[in-house]
Amino acid sequence: MLYIKCPYCGWRSQNEFSYGGDASIKRPKLNKEVSDQDWDNFVYNRKSLRGKHWELWQHLSGCRQWIKVERDTATHEIFKTLKADEDISL
Amino acid sequence: MTQNFRLEGVGLINREKKISFKFNGKKYYGYEGDTLASALIANGIHLIGRSFKYHRPRGFFGAGVDEPYAIVQLYRNGETEPNIKSTEQELFEGLEAKSVNCWPSVNFDIGAINNFLKIFLPAGFYYKTFMWPKSFWYKVYEPFIRKAAGLGTASIKHDKERYEHKYEYCDLLIAGSGPAGLASAYAAAKNGARVILAEDKSRFGGTLLTSEVNIGNKSGKEWADGVISELKEMPNVIVKNRSQVFGYYDHNMLVMTERISDHLPKTKKFHPKQKLWYIRAKEVLISSGSIERPIVFGNNDTPGVMLSSAAKEYMKVYGVLVGKNPLIFTNNDSGYETAIEFKKNGIDALILDTRKDPQSEIVEEAKNLGIKIKFSYVVVAAQGYKKVKSADIAKISDDKEQLGKIENIKCDCICVSGFWTPTIHLASQSGNKTKFNEKIDAFVPGISKQNETTLGAANGTYTLDETLKGSFETGHKLSKQITNNDNKVSFPNVVEKKSTVHDKFWCVPLPKGKNYKRFLDFQNDVAVSDIEIALREGYRSIEHVKRYTTLGMATDQGKTSNLNGLQLVSKIENKVVPAVGHTTFRPPYTPVSIGAIVGREVGKHSKPTRKSPMHKWHEKNNAVFVDAGVWLRPRYYKRGDENLFEASKREAKNVRTNVGVCDVTTLGKIDIKGPDAAELLNRVYTNAWLKLPVGKARYGVMLREDGIVMDDGTTTRISENHYHMTTTTAQAANVLSHLEYYLQLVWPELNVNVVSTTEQWAGAAIAGPKSRQLLQKLFTNSDVSNEGLPFMGYMEGDLFGVKARIFRISFSGELAYEINVESDNGNFMWEKIIEVGQEFNIQPYGTEALSTLRIEMGHVAGSELDGRTIPYDNSLEGLLSKKKDFIGKRSLSREAFTVEDRQKVVGVVPLDKKTSIPEGSHLVKDSNAPLPNPKLGYISASCWSVEHDNPFSLAILKDGKNMIGKKLFVMSPLKNKVIPVEIVSSHYVDPKGERVRS
Repeated sequence: MLYIKCPYCGWRSQNEFSYGGDASIKRPKLNKEVSDQDWDNFVYNRKSLRGKHWELWQHLSGCRQWIKVERDTATHEIFKTLKADEDISL
Repeated sequence: MTQNFRLEGVGLINREKKISFKFNGKKYYGYEGDTLASALIANGIHLIGRSFKYHRPRGFFGAGVDEPYAIVQLYRNGETEPNIKSTEQELFEGLEAKSVNCWPSVNFDIGAINNFLKIFLPAGFYYKTFMWPKSFWYKVYEPFIRKAAGLGTASIKHDKERYEHKYEYCDLLIAGSGPAGLASAYAAAKNGARVILAEDKSRFGGTLLTSEVNIGNKSGKEWADGVISELKEMPNVIVKNRSQVFGYYDHNMLVMTERISDHLPKTKKFHPKQKLWYIRAKEVLISSGSIERPIVFGNNDTPGVMLSSAAKEYMKVYGVLVGKNPLIFTNNDSGYETAIEFKKNGIDALILDTRKDPQSEIVEEAKNLGIKIKFSYVVVAAQGYKKVKSADIAKISDDKEQLGKIENIKCDCICVSGFWTPTIHLASQSGNKTKFNEKIDAFVPGISKQNETTLGAANGTYTLDETLKGSFETGHKLSKQITNNDNKVSFPNVVEKKSTVHDKFWCVPLPKGKNYKRFLDFQNDVAVSDIEIALREGYRSIEHVKRYTTLGMATDQGKTSNLNGLQLVSKIENKVVPAVGHTTFRPPYTPVSIGAIVGREVGKHSKPTRKSPMHKWHEKNNAVFVDAGVWLRPRYYKRGDENLFEASKREAKNVRTNVGVCDVTTLGKIDIKGPDAAELLNRVYTNAWLKLPVGKARYGVMLREDGIVMDDGTTTRISENHYHMTTTTAQAANVLSHLEYYLQLVWPELNVNVVSTTEQWAGAAIAGPKSRQLLQKLFTNSDVSNEGLPFMGYMEGDLFGVKARIFRISFSGELAYEINVESDNGNFMWEKIIEVGQEFNIQPYGTEALSTLRIEMGHVAGSELDGRTIPYDNSLEGLLSKKKDFIGKRSLSREAFTVEDRQKVVGVVPLDKKTSIPEGSHLVKDSNAPLPNPKLGYISASCWSVEHDNPFSLAILKDGKNMIGKKLFVMSPLKNKVIPVEIVSSHYVDPKGERVRS
């Protein structure tokens, strides 16, 4: 079971969290023309990376905050966790 | 029966307490502190079971967790459990055990005929033999194999025992209480670290209990006892015996089973049988020791052939002789220690040493004691069927290829020592890259992946002095990193006898003209010849060889067989062992009972049960409950002999004619507050929300980004910046997460807060033509007329002194209201409604009537909004705003969602107006069409329409829009039904929706 450092609550076990997928996906702005391809990329197409991956988790049984977690998908090593409003590219 | 093999005055057992037990129906005696194995050996019993494949007689091989054979079916306190290692099972009064894998008895076993058919049972035998004819598999082969195979019978009764889970955190988890574990635990504990020390056996000390050493002028055992009693007194230390750390998982989480009651005749009141510990450790010290490995020779599975360390343990710990005329077969000094121990107890052993001329303190001592030793000698084969009677021995050439003249010597046991294999399972499970150590011919932990350190014998360190030094240092170093303390403990003086190098000899060649079975894996009956066949047939990868031959795949996970298997593969392949590599170690290290894994989450405890504040009233009024997610809801209220169908029909009819009341507390409720609340709703729901006035409710549908309907419900504007959202019971949690996702990640600029208030409000729906009259009598101070409280209106009211929220919303298609009060007042509200409603013939109704009402009015619910349908499919396309964007809108223009003949919800009525339509049935055009008959749609929900008094169903039907009036067939292969039906509008009752507005 993974051990995840919630930026608000500290170290907590994985069973308090739920997984939310790729954190690098950005939702297209509302009321904007979006091509079929771009929309498909947003809704469906995901890379199945081996290695470092920024992903979303929600601390469901804790502070209920969505957080960003950089995890190695092969080794489960977690390098960094960020709050929802912190930018992963920095 | 007397214990003929029990020594006087030796061992750690309690001779004051005699214990009686039964094995295969016969009564025996042992002592407190015995294992089942030691007690049986004391009674001269060596035949304990039959082997898996050939049904050869099986005895004891080890004295603990490494035991591959001596597995029994255990009977305790009216329960039975298979796969119990007799070497681990502690004796208790009244214990009963039976042999497994034999029929009719262990002494005369029919299956032993396989032993004579072994030429037909080679490696891969199952794959090769039972392939054809195909029809034979189910009728002949499988039942036969199932009967023949297996190590006992699982109980089919409900397990009455209680198992518990516990979560624990510590600085250091130390697995194993041998010298390495004790020293590191002591050093770390004295340095202030929070330590958990786990020992698999009942006694602490590991090899210190059986070795002749001196630590700080004390015997090994005395020193161990001293350390343990000191550790037990320390508040920062948890010391656990009978506790096996069996799995090393991600992020330094380890799982351990504590066998709290298995050694007792019955579990004490309020005690669990076992406890499963989930331990998150900052650092893990693996001090799991090593397991002696066998040398392979002919008939090496005969009862009486066992590990020499086990023979020593039986003497020193249990005061039991495994034989009175022992032969010791060794390639290292360990065998000598066993011979010396025999000698001390007045038994003369003969040592066969594969080495030519070893020189060490231990060898010297054996010589001085007058123990007979034959150097460069091997056991070629054991003789005897149910017990060793003699051994064929021979001199072996220096190159270990040629055997000299074979002699037969009498003996009653053969104690084998082929050196030691570190127990690296936990390190390997953690992701450690193990490496091969040439010096000890075994794998040892290499580079750690997680925070794990392996100490002592488990790391290939076989001298006590080095082990203790290293462990004291490691314990101190790691605890210092965590606690920043620097309290050192003094290092005791260690005296031990020096040993010399072992002989890298592991398998005795076959003598000319002999074809003895030489076993590698004793539990799965894998012999040298099986591995040879697998390699001849082209298997190369050790993982494939393992699966083809089943080497190391039994419940002992190859603890004694793995390395010899690798040696053999490397020899035939002419590779070095590290090039062959070892198979992956996976948890659990030893079998774990399913009960321990499940813990308390059984039966009613498998999920939480939520009850509404009115639950007691429902119970008192004969409600029959149904699980709705985690909630218990009344399905119907039984009157007299009514069944579900009759009761729900009565309840639904009463709603259509008078008034009914339904507990709707379970609906999800979300409180939404903030200046941007309306904007959030406008983006989340498909319809427009910006202009909803205060005091009004609106029905809304929300989509996922892929256009599929996620949930529906009403949301009410309580005040300017305050909304009350309702969700379906099932989706309540998901909708909240969904809103939080968008607020926190996508549109953080929106100034809105959301919080679940599901449990804060109790809800009652009152529905029916007389509901307004009832409402007026409940809220005498409020104007609840059609003008005062119009359809989709909202007001606050005073319910006999209790503050209430009143919503004019309808799920049943009738004039209806929902009243919410704070949960604590829920029962008061309910009782008032029932009391005041009497004059209007009010009846409570359950979920079954609720479904009937919504189905016949064509209101879609969970069975239509099933995660596969879009708004159009549910005839909700009128709620899609064209003016604004919302979540999932872009997906609705995808090709498949816009095709002309897109599926749509319709009503279905059987032509005979009598036959009920099973839910999940398919709709087809022609019931006689050849298979596969093209499916046009499926029945999503069925009811008996109380309005029309005939069956009515909802269906999702291809091109539903143009199918109204068409005749189709409903087919249910499951129920074997074909029903001719007519497709009608889904709005079977009040299609114009006049009643809700009346």
